[in-house]
Amino acid sequence: MMRVELTVNGERRSDDVEPRLLLVHYLRETCGLRAANVGCDTTSCGACTVLLNGASVKSCTILTVQAAGGEVTTAEGLAAADGELHPVQRAFRQEHGLQCGFCTPGMVMATVGLLAENPHPTEKQVREGLEGNLCRCTGYHNIVRAVLAAAGEASAGGVSAGGASAVSGASAAAGAGSANAAGEQVRP
Amino acid sequence: MIPAPFDYVAAESTAHALDLMASLGDDAKLLAGGHSLLPMMKLRLVAPATLIDLGRLTELAGISADGGELVIGAMTRHADLAASGLVRAEAPLLAHAAAQVGDPQIRHRGTIGGSLAHADPAADLPMALLALGGSVDAQGPGGTRRIAADDFFAGFFETSLAPDELLTAVRVPRAPGAAWGYQKFVRRANDWAIVGVAAAGGRIVLANMGPVPLRASAAEQALAGGASAADAAELAAEGTEPGEDIHADGEFRRHLARVLTRRALEQRT
Amino acid sequence: MSILGTRVLRIEDPRFLTTGGVYTEDVVDDRLTGACHVFFVRSPIAHARIGGIDVSGALSAPGVIAAFTAADLADLPDIGPMMAGLTNERMRHRLLATDVVRYVGDAVAAVVTEEPYQGEDAMELVDVDYEPLPAVVDLAAAESDEVILFEEAGTNIAANFGDPATLDEHLFDDCEAVVRQTIMNQRVAPAPMEVRAGAAAWGEDGRLTAWIPNQGAQGTRSGLAGLLGLPEEQVRVITPDVGGAFGAKFGADPEHAIVAWVARQLGRPARWTETRYENLIAMTHGRAQQQTVTIGGSRDGTVQAYRLEILQDSGAYPRIGAILPFLTILMTPGPYALPRAEAVARTVVTTTTPLGAYRGAGRPEATAAIERAMDLFAAEIGMDPADVRRRNLLPPFTEPQRTAFGALYDSGDYVVALDKALAAADYAGLRKEQAGRRERGEAVQLGIGLASYVEITGMGDGEESPPEENATVEVHSDGSATILTGTSPHGQGHATAWAMLASDKLGIPVDRITLKWGDTDLIPEGGGTGGSRSLQHGGAAVQQASAELIELARARAAAALEASPADLVFDVDRSAFAVAGDPEAAVPLARLAEAERLLVRTVFSAPGATFPFGTHVAVVEVDTETGKVTLRQMVTVDDAGFVLNPLLAEGQRHGGIAQGAAQALLEEFVYDADGNPLTASFADYPFLSATEVPSFDLADMATRTSYNPIGAKGIGEAGTIGATPAVQNAVIDAVAHLGVRHIDMPTSPQRVWRALQAAAASGGPPPTASPAGGSGGSSPRASTSRSEGA
Repeated sequence: MMRVELTVNGERRSDDVEPRLLLVHYLRETCGLRAANVGCDTTSCGACTVLLNGASVKSCTILTVQAAGGEVTTAEGLAAADGELHPVQRAFRQEHGLQCGFCTPGMVMATVGLLAENPHPTEKQVREGLEGNLCRCTGYHNIVRAVLAAAGEASAGGVSAGGASAVSGASAAAGAGSANAAGEQVRP
Repeated sequence: MIPAPFDYVAAESTAHALDLMASLGDDAKLLAGGHSLLPMMKLRLVAPATLIDLGRLTELAGISADGGELVIGAMTRHADLAASGLVRAEAPLLAHAAAQVGDPQIRHRGTIGGSLAHADPAADLPMALLALGGSVDAQGPGGTRRIAADDFFAGFFETSLAPDELLTAVRVPRAPGAAWGYQKFVRRANDWAIVGVAAAGGRIVLANMGPVPLRASAAEQALAGGASAADAAELAAEGTEPGEDIHADGEFRRHLARVLTRRALEQRT
Repeated sequence: MSILGTRVLRIEDPRFLTTGGVYTEDVVDDRLTGACHVFFVRSPIAHARIGGIDVSGALSAPGVIAAFTAADLADLPDIGPMMAGLTNERMRHRLLATDVVRYVGDAVAAVVTEEPYQGEDAMELVDVDYEPLPAVVDLAAAESDEVILFEEAGTNIAANFGDPATLDEHLFDDCEAVVRQTIMNQRVAPAPMEVRAGAAAWGEDGRLTAWIPNQGAQGTRSGLAGLLGLPEEQVRVITPDVGGAFGAKFGADPEHAIVAWVARQLGRPARWTETRYENLIAMTHGRAQQQTVTIGGSRDGTVQAYRLEILQDSGAYPRIGAILPFLTILMTPGPYALPRAEAVARTVVTTTTPLGAYRGAGRPEATAAIERAMDLFAAEIGMDPADVRRRNLLPPFTEPQRTAFGALYDSGDYVVALDKALAAADYAGLRKEQAGRRERGEAVQLGIGLASYVEITGMGDGEESPPEENATVEVHSDGSATILTGTSPHGQGHATAWAMLASDKLGIPVDRITLKWGDTDLIPEGGGTGGSRSLQHGGAAVQQASAELIELARARAAAALEASPADLVFDVDRSAFAVAGDPEAAVPLARLAEAERLLVRTVFSAPGATFPFGTHVAVVEVDTETGKVTLRQMVTVDDAGFVLNPLLAEGQRHGGIAQGAAQALLEEFVYDADGNPLTASFADYPFLSATEVPSFDLADMATRTSYNPIGAKGIGEAGTIGATPAVQNAVIDAVAHLGVRHIDMPTSPQRVWRALQAAAASGGPPPTASPAGGSGGSSPRASTSRSEGA
């Protein structure tokens, strides 16, 4: 066992860990932060994505001891102290960018990382930026819309950030559709 | 998906790392970005007794110019290499290759030193280094020697680094404005190349066409002799015996090598 | 204005976005304190006798509490095939392999440790002596019975549906053009993001509580009780959040039973989570159906006859997958008016992962077969594939009509769906673009693929026992409400959708309505979520219960207001009863719950299954030099009746389209000839990422059904059903002008390139003109298409 010190969601921690303890398991079991999930064995799926010193990383492929002295941010650490959602979290909800939710914390953290490096991505850059995060439920369509909405802009090709109305009243523009040449209503 | 147990020590300096390597010998492996080694350990394909973590060796990260060469510290992360204005200006093929590795999260951790030492013949950086005619600095107990890329890749996942040597830096020629081409054929964005081609300065290098990144010598010679891109590319697969897997058999790989070589050559303006 | 049909954001989302869902591995519960951890040692070889299992090495490893083999579980019942009446009852096995292993992944031992990290260390020390037997992977080899998997059965044939001897050899006699093609609808892995898991604890009262990710707690309880030989009342199943299922998390798996058994045996709770490797080789697979289609008709485009012959891979043990051909056959004719059609199927076991249900479960296979056949026929006669479809689609109908295969389609307007999709895609413009590229001989060609489909949702157990679902709705005195449902959401958004249905009747805001599901002690009966049944049965039940609750409350309101019930009006906007004409004389619904609980439990019975339908148009670009396919666009019409919440419905369509496209383009679970899985990780199994698909263009069409008051059919699987053949057809269409007639899925670069090589070698384009509208002689003789596969 080794003693490791790091900061998790702003809280300084000091724990004894096995060298082989993966960061994702440290976060889930030792810190009790279970939003990050393990979805694969081969560093492929990104469900475990967190921020380490501000950069998105796959916590299943980092030893806890490698993160010593670092700062980890998980999905639980994104919302404000009063519970107000981070803009990325808000956008995912607004655009229905989650269904079963298993990939979501990782997807959200990857998005936070992506937008920190590229605040105004195109749709193509969003899709490439999320190539390390797999989702089986959504087909990525609304995830891409959520990222673009969080970035505060619509891409050029027709994926508009038309939103949905929330029952509680916090609503965006009414759902937009575009008509093609034949006048058929097509929802982007 | 959990590695077998191991001991862990964090190197405090390059000298410390070398001492540890000498004393621990074969039982230890170096941990750089960990995104080649840890996945293998999690699948229990390897089970070293000790890991020597190079993560604190900030002196081994960074990019600078040294005369006619760019010097890239071995611990430089792919993301930093891809974003480096200096590299993009003077060795853009290398920056581009770094941007192709895996995905953004992997690029935040993976290092050029780790990738080259891992020597996966399907990977981006080994192919890029060979195409640029670069070299690496290998530091051992007796000092530092330079190993040219042409002499570095010894076999399948094998380099000519001695067991007591640490790859400390990577060097590539500064060539602002030089033409280059890069083709990586994949089915999914995140995959290793089914076949890859990098072309720069008269060199044509193939990834995943053999146990090491390969020079397409016949094609290079044709090109040097004045052949067109299309004609030279026809010879790209000469002398290769590429392997077969679920994505491609040998014949298809050889065909891809020809097509991608032509495209890489045409990319150079 | 009614909330029904509006885009309501999901009330369940804030939790998922902040602290994350609580999946089975996340569950923290007093009953699981001190749980041990279960690991499965699995066969690395596809077919072998077990010479012996030595667990002594494992028992001495750190933290190992116990190690169990089949001998320890001898008291538990053996496991027969699913649907015993339809499948070979002699194909039996046990929770852990006894004498024989029959696929890579077949569990042979369970090791139990104190801590999770100790499990893999211990498993390496279990020594199993395997005596290899020949693997059986190829379907024809399996059918030949040369190597038998189950001695007691004496054959590898697990099931037959229909009798090939009854096929009519004259079926195509009068057809001017006939095409025959063998097609592989390949094996895929459902691969939900959450792998399988389980946790079990036994109470002092001898009852088992099991936490299992599933698609219907009640069915899981039955399955689990059956595997353990227990009466159902002794078992309680709790369903945590479920990270996707897609058909593969129905019922209970042997592992779940073993975890429960271990907990009882050791007198402490037990937990298990599989690795992704285990998930890819031991969770049931999908599809794996070899099809031979024969289609014939006249040169004017009228199809006269169609035959579908199926050879279904069951994998090693007959589970749901073994009987899915029954559904494929049911949907043989699709949305078409076919004068003559016949279908037969046979299922065989192989030394591979067992097959189960996977999004569409038998129906995508039917659509894929006939949609490929339509394109083959179109190519044979030189007609545009859209025109061939339009000519043969059933005319619109609003009254139920029965097909020759026994399915009672409820309503449909297939030609309008086709035309809507074509218009939305600007089909004429696409064909023009394609023609231009062909003329210029460009390296990157454009392909346009169609699929018109109808599918069966909300089946129930057949016409003898019509489908139904229960719901309980309760209004509380604080103005909130609770719904108990027999459905089992795992991403579909029932918490929001059912709240909308209740809110619409009760006038209580959606965010004050809580949905409960998945706990068999709370909800002992229910049909779960699958087969796209939930809204049309479960949602209808919620709506019905809410309406009945208002009527129940009316009597109380009448007493409270000292008025006659007939004089009262329920004002949804105020959620209150008022005397007609005197709005001040009112009583809020919530107050009527103060003295006595205000709740209704109801059962909604549907008249039968419903049949959503649609057309998908896929546009691909094919690089003819490398064979690489890029999906440029998907345009779909998916008519599933009334759309309760467009946000949720679109999400289901998007996800279905992506999975369908993924099967056409990328996914295949591959075995080598020795039965070794070659795609047993996400590095090797080509699970689609965001870069492989574009955003999707969904066109609206909603033809209500009369089968439930909501007017809804099922939407969950339709996207998958339409997308797969549309994309496959598009790829082939892109290179049809070069002489390619068929490419099996996935249309990998190598497959496409080989198809091009083969077409060039046999002389290029056939005598018939391209489908883009030209005319030309067509072959007067019955012709056979080549099958191109790598």
